[in-house]
Amino acid sequence: MPNKAKVRLWQVGILLVFLGLWEWGARTGRLDKLYFAQPSEIAARIVKWFSEGDIYRHLWVTSVEMLLAFVIGTLLGVAMGLWLALSPPVAAVLDPYIKALNSIPRVLLAPIFTIWFGLGMLKMIALGITLVFFVAFFNTYQGVREVNPVVLANARMLGADGGRLLRHVYLPSAASWIFSSLRTSIGFAVIGAVIGEYLGSAAGLGYIIQQAEGVFDTTGVFAGIVVLMVFVLALDYLVSRVEAQLLRWRPQEAEARS
Amino acid sequence: MVETSVRAKAAVEVRGLTVRFGSYTAVEGVDLEVGEGEFLALVGPTGCGKSTLLNVVAGLLPPSAGEVYALGEPVGGPNRKAGYLFQQDALLPWKTALDNIAMGLVFRGVPLREARNQARPWLERVGLARFGDRYPHQLSGGMKKRVGLAQVLITNPRLLLMDEPFSALDVQTRHLMENLLLELWQEDRKSVIFITHDLEEAIALADRVVVLSAGPASRPIGSFAIPLRRPRDVAEVRLTEEFLGIHQEIWSLLRGEVQKSYAQQG
Repeated sequence: MPNKAKVRLWQVGILLVFLGLWEWGARTGRLDKLYFAQPSEIAARIVKWFSEGDIYRHLWVTSVEMLLAFVIGTLLGVAMGLWLALSPPVAAVLDPYIKALNSIPRVLLAPIFTIWFGLGMLKMIALGITLVFFVAFFNTYQGVREVNPVVLANARMLGADGGRLLRHVYLPSAASWIFSSLRTSIGFAVIGAVIGEYLGSAAGLGYIIQQAEGVFDTTGVFAGIVVLMVFVLALDYLVSRVEAQLLRWRPQEAEARS
Repeated sequence: MVETSVRAKAAVEVRGLTVRFGSYTAVEGVDLEVGEGEFLALVGPTGCGKSTLLNVVAGLLPPSAGEVYALGEPVGGPNRKAGYLFQQDALLPWKTALDNIAMGLVFRGVPLREARNQARPWLERVGLARFGDRYPHQLSGGMKKRVGLAQVLITNPRLLLMDEPFSALDVQTRHLMENLLLELWQEDRKSVIFITHDLEEAIALADRVVVLSAGPASRPIGSFAIPLRRPRDVAEVRLTEEFLGIHQEIWSLLRGEVQKSYAQQG
């Protein structure tokens, strides 16, 4: 069992060494600042963004796009996963279509969505949904299919059917799968939003990065990436808290994982 | 007329039952009757189709041929009037002990609050009053069985089907559970089919022991009344002269089947 404080120390150490080397390289000219920027300048840029306040508008736009894509995509995915898992004939018919749709690289959908939805938030939300949906779908499907058959038979013998079986047996059983998928989904929702913004939009973090790139402002690109990174980590942390609360019936293996 | 009166008395009636899985015949031509309030134990060597027979009576498995009546009605689909105690862990892992017991009622449409109120006394009756808020993974094997028993009994089934429910427990826990089962059973004498491969357990618990032949195509080959006095203590009753006599009689029949079953596996 590794000592927790020791692990933290190493983690911080690695980060500092990495940033230190980068900073040193950029200052001494060993790394070309035009391509690699400089940590201290990136930090300064982020501070500037937040003190000037314009960044909040973009963060807000990206958050709304991401959250809507996340919520709608997850709901659709869970509903569809439940439906197909509980009706094997439907699953058999739809299987090739699902595989085909999931094999489309989503970036390629961006131009079509631009034509359909314009440059507004709708496009980013739609793009995010196409990513999030499949994660939620596959995990729910798998979770329902892997319900312990004895637990299921027992619930049936006790008189459960239809909605009660769904609520007390299938959904709780699929919950750990769905929750582990939520953390992946958050990341995908962000990717959908940011890629969509990057490929044409009027606001959002992806838009900022794209603007910076347009004038070869590497510092701006890195600053945008860092803000995004922190943003996703914060969301992931939130989801893991909710997960721990809702799955407290499980033997304590969840803690070892996080 | 005679026909109907027999049917009204028998809790379970099986006629000419055959169950096949593909080309494998698990049980064939089984005739079996369980009287109202009778505690019947089914013994047989491993793989003789005991569980298959039980699952058909429960309505979890459709018969390939033959007729099955439970509590006077033909069986088709999970039988709501029967309670089934599984060999494996069957509790809902995401519900506490109390809620697991309450589920027996919730699944039948009782509101959760009301179901919990009714579940509390059951928690006490199976000796788990202090463990109501534990989740299954926090309970020992014996405790889980107690919850399972209460979960089934709270629905007040007229017929109790038990598939080697205590086989995974250590001997002491097992005797405790068997005594608890007899104590609860004696209160209202439900009809019981208790499956086990342990002949001693069968004799200690049951009113009648039916021996199944080795599979495939197994069927009942002997039926023995157990005239031991009740109430019984399952640990003590094993030491009586009478018990040993009965054991010897049944074992002389069962031994042959067990040997056949081993010969097939080897």
